[in-house]
Amino acid sequence: MLNGWIELDKKAEGGPRVLRKVESIDDAVKEQLLSIRNGQSDALTDAQKADFKKRKLLVEVTVKSFVLKKGAAFTTSLTKPETDLTMDMLTNGSWREKQFKAYNFEALGVPPASGHLHPLMKVRSEFRQIFFEMGFTEMPTNRYVESSFWNFDTLFQPQQHPARDAHDTFFVSDPAESHEFPMDYLERVRKVHAEGGYGSQGYLYDWKLAEAKKNVMRTHTTAVSARQLYKLAQEGFKTSKLFSIDRVFRNETLDATHLAEFHQVEGVVAERGLSLAHVMGLFTEFFKKCGIEKLRFKPTYNPYTEPSMEVFAYHDGLGKWVEIGNSGMFRPEMLLPMGLPEDVNVAGFGLSLERPTMIRYGIENIRDLFGAKVNLKMVYDNPICRLDKQ
Amino acid sequence: MPIIGVRKAVLDKKLEKVYTEKEFDSLCFDYGLELDEVTSEKATIQKEQGKTVVNASDEEVYKIELPANRYDLLSVEGLAKALLVFQKKHSIPQYQIVRPSVLQRLVVKPETAQIRPFVVSAILRDVTFDADSYASFIDLQDKLHQNICRKRTLVAIGTHDLDTIQGPFEYRAEPPTKIKFKPLNQTKEYTAVELMELYQTEAHLKPYLPIIQDSPVYPVIYDKNGVVLSMPPIINGEHSKITLKTKNVFIEATATDLTKAKVVLDTIVALFSQYCAKPFTVEPVAVENADGSVVEYPMLKYRTESVEVEMINRKIGINLKAEEMADLLTRMCLQSTVANDGRSLQVTIPPTRHDVIHACDIAEDVAVAYGFNKIVNQLPEGHTVGKAFPINKLSDLLRVDIAAAGWTESLNFALCSRDDISTKLRQEDGLKSAVLISNPKTAEFQVARTTLLAGLLKTLACNRDMPVPLRLFELQDVVLKDEKSDVGARNERRLAAVYSNKSAGFEIIHGFLDRIMQLVDVKCKRDGTGYYIRACEDPTYFPGRCAEVVGPKDVPIGKLGIIHPDVLTAFGLTLPVSAVEINIEPFL
Repeated sequence: MLNGWIELDKKAEGGPRVLRKVESIDDAVKEQLLSIRNGQSDALTDAQKADFKKRKLLVEVTVKSFVLKKGAAFTTSLTKPETDLTMDMLTNGSWREKQFKAYNFEALGVPPASGHLHPLMKVRSEFRQIFFEMGFTEMPTNRYVESSFWNFDTLFQPQQHPARDAHDTFFVSDPAESHEFPMDYLERVRKVHAEGGYGSQGYLYDWKLAEAKKNVMRTHTTAVSARQLYKLAQEGFKTSKLFSIDRVFRNETLDATHLAEFHQVEGVVAERGLSLAHVMGLFTEFFKKCGIEKLRFKPTYNPYTEPSMEVFAYHDGLGKWVEIGNSGMFRPEMLLPMGLPEDVNVAGFGLSLERPTMIRYGIENIRDLFGAKVNLKMVYDNPICRLDKQ
Repeated sequence: MPIIGVRKAVLDKKLEKVYTEKEFDSLCFDYGLELDEVTSEKATIQKEQGKTVVNASDEEVYKIELPANRYDLLSVEGLAKALLVFQKKHSIPQYQIVRPSVLQRLVVKPETAQIRPFVVSAILRDVTFDADSYASFIDLQDKLHQNICRKRTLVAIGTHDLDTIQGPFEYRAEPPTKIKFKPLNQTKEYTAVELMELYQTEAHLKPYLPIIQDSPVYPVIYDKNGVVLSMPPIINGEHSKITLKTKNVFIEATATDLTKAKVVLDTIVALFSQYCAKPFTVEPVAVENADGSVVEYPMLKYRTESVEVEMINRKIGINLKAEEMADLLTRMCLQSTVANDGRSLQVTIPPTRHDVIHACDIAEDVAVAYGFNKIVNQLPEGHTVGKAFPINKLSDLLRVDIAAAGWTESLNFALCSRDDISTKLRQEDGLKSAVLISNPKTAEFQVARTTLLAGLLKTLACNRDMPVPLRLFELQDVVLKDEKSDVGARNERRLAAVYSNKSAGFEIIHGFLDRIMQLVDVKCKRDGTGYYIRACEDPTYFPGRCAEVVGPKDVPIGKLGIIHPDVLTAFGLTLPVSAVEINIEPFL
């Protein structure tokens, strides 16, 4: 109908009727197709060929041909190149005749079926090692629940101190209270808080036993250090170096670098005549073993140490001084009620375990390191920990 | 640690020198402060409220972090003065109480004992404020409220224009319906009841309402003519408010802790008396307590303490002569003179240094003034031999060999939800020996874990895209209630492992247990000298695929088996898991 050969009369009598319009037709399509059959593929344009292919009038067939010649290694016997040297080849000596496929030295090998230690624990092992090398004894820190008495009061931290707030500390509802205390020591602690003594003005407030009894998830391992120092005083003082690396709990707002639980590294040195200079010396030795040489000390405030300082190290990568730890000499109000001799000074120093781990392994979000959401692939691929190697 | 924001222009004026950021940062470091941030009013609003305010200032503001116990540094007045004395540019101010012939009186009525028993008071005469010092005055009160006053619960400060009111003043406690006045920034009068409601929607006052809300009587201070000065700790009256033109300032501080109230009052008058016509002078007020005693405030006490030069030298590890040490202390506002032939110092502690309560505080100030980084390091002489804590030594040895066996170490939180250790593990009384947290912020910290299994199953669930089989272990403490312990709870060192693959593999986890026993040198024997496993039923495990592990002396030490499908579902796991958990303390 398009070419005007026929027409359709829909309104004819007796139904629609097809009528011839011209006498003869000039079938261009037929002509074109015939010319293709005769080998004249150039007779049609590409557009026409595409159109006929679409109308399934024309099919394009691709014929590929190769010319083969014998190569240098031509042989009529079939041989496959070997990929590996086998026991059989050794036994029957066939390795001398075999062809071996070129090995792809660019690819990686097969990873061994390995187990892995957790990165935080690896860094912990390194720190443990450093402490042992410096003659420190590990403290018994396997107790997460602690009374406010040991966690705060023995450290001369007053009962109204903000750190004892519900929004900073996890309080325990069951078991809610501790019931056993060395009562004569407790009385000395009460006195130094409420009235002063041992050369101190004291805090002069109403110290309450009920507050001291309250159980908390310990906020620092210094609670254990207090227990150990008290024990040391009872058993008879001797020069001591103690350490611990264990978990502490803070009820803080969580973000990319803070969790409710983290690990504290703590060292305590008790010696007659210990001075701030000795503490700085110890710190310097400790960090030398971690590969850090340049240290700067800044005065700071801590409720249970005086003097106190923050320790900074120069981070070459970041190009600035970064805080790496905290240190101080425990206050006499803490030491003397325990019964330690007056000429004994005790220094404490500490840092977090997570921070150096995250810096060392380039981890930005603490949840990738600690907890169920850990990046297991990171654990698998994590290198050994050598703190003294930069 | 508290942070104050000071306009750089004001700081330079007060410090009598224009500092570069680096110079000021260095000065702060030496004194024990930290230049936390250099920002501007505009930038602060942008950060806190997320919007740009066009007419907020672009002028530099220095945010300085202070030690928590130095209340005297909470305003630029105190901070600058301390730094100037430190640099020996100024001498230590001598605060004086100037008694007039007739003192103003503040009478305390007995009912106040029910709600807020204590009050202290003082007057600053002939003050001249400018915009900066006025703002600083208000800001200091706010900072003190946030810090030492513990958000106004311990102490609340009120400052008033003395020329608008008349003494004698009365500190009473009255039923809220009886109290009626025009509060600060309002145009009409309200009763205390109405104010409680009005301030429910005021974000910066709402937090303080609970301090007195439920009391039958509220604290209130009146003047002779019934004008309300303030209703502490909520709000002051509009009538007596301080303006730029105020010349005479009446300060009152009500409290539940008298010691802190005295410190707060001392701090305010010491810092702002520099603006009086006669600088560093304060006029006292006589407070007549309900028991009849009359006390004059402020205390502004100077205390002297004698310290031994030798003791301080030894404590710090330096060797200063008495004169040198005295000079250093004077730089820290602790005026000192040599005594006792150079063996000791008489140190005068001013009312701005309430943080000095022991000779060790004085020792620290010597060290700060000397310069911490000038102290020459020494190493302690005492000889000590190191020693590991036995359970830790055992744990670390085991961990290494477990990793060698092809298992990967997991490290999970000790705090978890109640469901994690009970319903999700199909243990109905799973909470029986659990330690409960009273103030968890989220469900994640409701209890302390009594088993390591929950953490391991959670780790599996968070790592579902890792190739199987997954072999995880954890060697850490769980927490259990224990009446025999002095705190009522103890830790227990456990080893737990999970194996996850397309089939559960009981024999794999069994083999793991066998390897562990081999490592602790315990043979598989049923005669009480070794270990063995025996079938048992436990809701956490699949029926018929659960066993109890019995250690030497026939003591059960744990269980192993295939985890029950309902437990897998509860933890969001789709692959079978077999697990083991044992107590390793018996192997010490």
